[in-house]
Amino acid sequence: MRALIVDDSRAVRSVIGRSVRELGFAAFEAGNGRDALQVLATEGAMELALVDWNMPEMSGYDFVCAVRANAAHSAMRIIMVTSESEMQRVVSALEAGANEYLMKPFTVDALRDKLVLTGVLDN
Amino acid sequence: MPISPTDFDFVRAMVRKESAIALDPGKEYLVESRLTTLARQLGLVTADQLIEEVRRKPDNGLRYKIVEAMTTNETSFFRDVAPFDALREHVLPDLIARRAAQNSLRIWCGAASTGQEPYSLAMLIREHFPALASWRVEIVATDISREVLDRARTGRYSQLEVNRGLPASMLVKYFEKEGIAWRVKAPLRDMVTFREMNLIGSWTGVDNADIVMMRNVLIYFDVTIKKQILANVRRVLRADGYFMLGSAESTMNIDDKYTRVPVGRTSCYQPLGL
Repeated sequence: MRALIVDDSRAVRSVIGRSVRELGFAAFEAGNGRDALQVLATEGAMELALVDWNMPEMSGYDFVCAVRANAAHSAMRIIMVTSESEMQRVVSALEAGANEYLMKPFTVDALRDKLVLTGVLDN
Repeated sequence: MPISPTDFDFVRAMVRKESAIALDPGKEYLVESRLTTLARQLGLVTADQLIEEVRRKPDNGLRYKIVEAMTTNETSFFRDVAPFDALREHVLPDLIARRAAQNSLRIWCGAASTGQEPYSLAMLIREHFPALASWRVEIVATDISREVLDRARTGRYSQLEVNRGLPASMLVKYFEKEGIAWRVKAPLRDMVTFREMNLIGSWTGVDNADIVMMRNVLIYFDVTIKKQILANVRRVLRADGYFMLGSAESTMNIDDKYTRVPVGRTSCYQPLGL
């Protein structure tokens, strides 16, 4: 299974990347939404995307909207992984098509729980 | 300074007497760590000072605080997933069919800790069984620790806690933001009654239960107490009710008056004789 990690922090990409690799995913990385769309165009459909909200060039929210407008990626599970913790943000992300929402800071167990909830990982 | 063998035996005997929790040799580090934290909260410095204090004044409430500090409160929303799938797919539909004449259900969470399990049950019922809105559904949540029950009643959880196991769709629907905390909305809080109860004390208000949840509890007790608890569960559980244990627990070789019922990826137990 393949996972795309979209975050403008290299350190966060590294932490999430290590966690998902340990769970058996091949991990791809992008530093913003636009680069992430490019990775998808090059590499093809992936099972999972873990997406930050606030990034330069293209936000995670805009990335989710763009991905959900493209039928080629309709099966991809999207988890917002962000420090945005207001209720309205969670609502907006779900309405845009994110499957789950994980607030930073988070533990590896919490990330694992979210992967189980989105159905990309067995309990 | 590590806890002395005499102090360890003293704490061990006291915790055993008050709660039946078995602290086996080798758990000195746990006693040391938990009691040092408690000592500091109470303005003392070391675990020895705390133990000395309780020896000197045995009735000043410290005994209870020590027992409380030695209980484990590991929990999360929809913990382990499979038991909640089993409740949704099999247990609740079956009980709803059987109780159609009474229109009532009683669920007991026997080690509710900070409340994630009973609130998960309440969410599951609201989400998947709208017909139960007109039923009398009681979720009774008990724990030995007054402190965790006080927290559970408020329904307030940190971001780290709502990150664990709780689907975002349910966070949005059943919680509200209060400062940096997330709080279970009042209608859901009202579905759960929290009460203090020691499993080796008297069992009141939990009889005629349709479902008993007692996950990851028996592991803390020795065989004699396990037998006693399992016999008591048989007494309070209705004949066609369901009993749920933790994934590493079983009634096997402890109480042969249960039958194991495989349900999805987990198992429930029912009293024999159905």
